[in-house]
Amino acid sequence: MANIPLNPPDAANQKPAVARKKPAGGTGSGTPKTTAPRRKPHGEPFPSDPRPTTFTGKLACALRNLGHRVTGAVWRLGFASRFCLAIILNSGTALRRFQLTIREMYFTGVLSLIIILVSGLFVGMVLGLQGYDTLERYGASESLGVLVSLSLVRELGPVVAALLFASRAGSAITAEIGLMKATEQLSAMEMMAVNPIARIVAPRFWAGVISMPLLAALFSAMGIFGGYLVGVKLIGVDEGAFWSQMQASVDFREDIINGVIKSFVFGIIISWIAVFEGYDAEPTAEGVSGATTRTVVTASLAVLAADFVLTAFMFRGT
Amino acid sequence: MNRVTLDLWVGIFVAIGLGAILFLGLKVGNLGSSSVGETYRLEAKFDNIGGLKVRGAVKSAGVVVGRVAKISFDTENYLALVAMDIDKRYKFPRDTFATINTAGLLGEQYVGLEVGGDTVMLKDGDTIKKTQSAIVLEKLISQFMFDKAAGENGGGKK
Repeated sequence: MANIPLNPPDAANQKPAVARKKPAGGTGSGTPKTTAPRRKPHGEPFPSDPRPTTFTGKLACALRNLGHRVTGAVWRLGFASRFCLAIILNSGTALRRFQLTIREMYFTGVLSLIIILVSGLFVGMVLGLQGYDTLERYGASESLGVLVSLSLVRELGPVVAALLFASRAGSAITAEIGLMKATEQLSAMEMMAVNPIARIVAPRFWAGVISMPLLAALFSAMGIFGGYLVGVKLIGVDEGAFWSQMQASVDFREDIINGVIKSFVFGIIISWIAVFEGYDAEPTAEGVSGATTRTVVTASLAVLAADFVLTAFMFRGT
Repeated sequence: MNRVTLDLWVGIFVAIGLGAILFLGLKVGNLGSSSVGETYRLEAKFDNIGGLKVRGAVKSAGVVVGRVAKISFDTENYLALVAMDIDKRYKFPRDTFATINTAGLLGEQYVGLEVGGDTVMLKDGDTIKKTQSAIVLEKLISQFMFDKAAGENGGGKK
């Protein structure tokens, strides 16, 4: 291990002890010395607590559960941030031996290509049909290109590609790292003085960060092509108007670069959540499956929330 | 999977990804059309700019000759101050007339420059003296209604 000691956060992973009557220590895979002080606030709150019978007792129990949950969530957030810092500090290997990152880019980027391209095409085609239907009512069907390209470049491209990426590549990363932990490959690496964060986690993180903007751009380009197919080739919107109006109203810096920045941020978010959930997973079959689900759910929600914040900053007024 | 094939696939992936960004920039965006050439700054004051926006087009005879660079409010005489970046290749005489027009019925608004006959050309930082504001549709309609009502009343008396 390099400079930052990172221990599997078993203490926080344990559900409130009142809710789950289970002997402690079931998840003790390689939890070294530093656990003792941390377990204190999160461990079993009241070991000799019998199941409460009175109303006040139940209320107190519920409150305790709630508090435990909240502190657990905050603890996890803190651990995730420390983990992110550790990835960045340990990413020297991933960048110096770039072959590692390239290998991961094959799995996250290249293998996601099909789903990204096909769904981009269909999203663009649907936008073409629906947009034409609406614009036709105002006699503005030439603006179809503007509608398709702006909605894809600004929003749908980065967001939908990010959601697909989270479920296609993010879940795979989590499952892989989680399974490595469950089969104690990570511990074995530590035994051999190989830092698993530098060797396993950082390349996957950077591969996701690099792949995401490229995938989002491909999604947008494919979507615009789909809109072109439906709008111009199928319905018969004037081709010149389609492209020229698009070019007149899509700004390179305002729209396209902002879209790329968005997808870059989404890439960081998804990769971070995916590797963290994998590293943090309980080393059991159940734990890995739970972590995979959590990755998809958390990453999707985080992407949508971050999209709102970024949009509010980027496209406010003007 | 051996290393060469892996590299090849990742190379293809990165190449078409960058190609997609390039496509977005050149074909979809206005990177190709907007020449990032030399420009000079002209200013014009309008009573009302309507829905004119920054980066809106400046056209003369329908040709895009520049872009709106800045829109501000002049508190001295309560006029809208529009700064425009005009392409260095195009020179305009000093008595050029600036109007705010609308492309189509519901289209975007742009600044139109109508060329006068003066021999002295506008330089960087000059102000266009003669302007015509945007036509506000509501005002036009209300004026029309008012005129019509006034006309009917006057006709009734006579």
